[in-house]
Amino acid sequence: MCLAIPGKIVEMDALNAQLAVVDVVGVRRKVDLGLLAEESVVPGDWVLIHVGFAMSKISETDAADQMQTLMILGESAAAMEEVQGYGLENEVSANEEPGPLS
Amino acid sequence: MKYVDEFRAPELIGKAGEEIRRLADSKRHYRIMEVCGGHTHAIYRFGLKDLLPENVELIHGPGCPVCVLPMGRIDDGLSLTAKPEFIFAAFGDMMRVPGTHGSPLEYKARGMDVRIVYSPADALKLARLNPKKHVVFFAIGFETTAPSTALTIIRAKSEGLTNFSVFCNHVTIIPAIRAILDSPDMRLDGFVGPGHVSTVIGCRPYEWIAQEEGKPVVVSGFEPLDILQSIVMLLGQLRNGESKVENQYKRVVPWEGNRAALRAMAEVFELRPYFEWRGLGFISQSALKIRSAYGEWDSEQRFTVPGVRVTDPKAAQCGEVLKGVLKPSQCKLFGRECTPEQPVGALMVSSEGSCAAHYNYSQHKPVTIASAAAV
Ligand code: SF4
Repeated sequence: MCLAIPGKIVEMDALNAQLAVVDVVGVRRKVDLGLLAEESVVPGDWVLIHVGFAMSKISETDAADQMQTLMILGESAAAMEEVQGYGLENEVSANEEPGPLS
Repeated sequence: MKYVDEFRAPELIGKAGEEIRRLADSKRHYRIMEVCGGHTHAIYRFGLKDLLPENVELIHGPGCPVCVLPMGRIDDGLSLTAKPEFIFAAFGDMMRVPGTHGSPLEYKARGMDVRIVYSPADALKLARLNPKKHVVFFAIGFETTAPSTALTIIRAKSEGLTNFSVFCNHVTIIPAIRAILDSPDMRLDGFVGPGHVSTVIGCRPYEWIAQEEGKPVVVSGFEPLDILQSIVMLLGQLRNGESKVENQYKRVVPWEGNRAALRAMAEVFELRPYFEWRGLGFISQSALKIRSAYGEWDSEQRFTVPGVRVTDPKAAQCGEVLKGVLKPSQCKLFGRECTPEQPVGALMVSSEGSCAAHYNYSQHKPVTIASAAAV
């Protein structure tokens, strides 16, 4: 829950301007952009995600650094579990193939 | 983007270690508190203590929200599962935390409807998917997660979704630091400030620590180099007789914080007059409650909870460990009655808890800088 997970915005949600699809190491999930209301967020931007909400915009280098931090902390599996769980995916569509991890 | 499995700038890590030795006055003993549980985890994981001279001591702070939550709050939250129409939703971190009559996971095993969610937004989604049920979201965390809970409550209100409420345990970091500084058995020289909390609150809220208490604060990232650089910055200030707030984690933390997040929190939450922290006791204005304008989405305003206070098992010394007065291994239960598999206290559950970190990295060798350089 305290982990910040780096992800890349790939597309804005067509129906809800507050949501966007992010890619975290190949896993795509919707995250909420409501806490970045003061910034413009466009596809291609990198963000740090906490509990399903994009919390800050960061550079691509910093995103790589943050993913590296999670890995060396031994927390990257927990982070991917968190991302895969966004949108209740584990619960509602448990049969879906998880995305690649690398 | 390339994901690399090694430390950033290993050669600089060695340099930072040397710099720490150079700056630390051999006649002084330094006690530096890392406030955030994420830092505690990183310090154990990387064996950073081995890189520090003996007179630079790191004290683990109260920044693990799961660890500081008193058991009574878990009992209160779980009491709501007694009604069959209730779904109890919480982050995975909470699931194994013991309450008086078991952890959320044990309640689930007994047939209560307990679900893991990874986002408050998903607890709200559960409510949408289960219109005949009432979803209680057990909210926990410092300012890192509180804005997301706030925004979720705003969304619930704007959708008019009333089968959803939040059992709010959000706490704020500044009053906890104040309580530690006020505690007579605690002597500290400076703080490694929390990284991700500061993304939200910025660096200004720490200024009183530097100005009134005369203790330097350096907001820090989580990599070994970040933490060591922060210690260099703290020792540099102490050597020059300075005390100011510095931001080592500029690449992520803006000085002013995240205004949209602060706005969402101010809209939904107000300060509780006081709140109990495990180990630290009651701290005034240290936790958030939901404003009456959003009372319909507050489990405590809508339903009756017992409001129990439970003292920790007698031999458990979670409080002393949380305050930094005892080391984890000095608790009589450590590694015997209390292990990550069979936790007695919350500090043994969360990976950010100092007991779990100490247990895990005294059993398995930490990933030291030397071993990582060899990868
Ligand atoms: S070892 Fe267990 S009981 Fe003792 S302080 Fe740590 S968590 Fe609490």
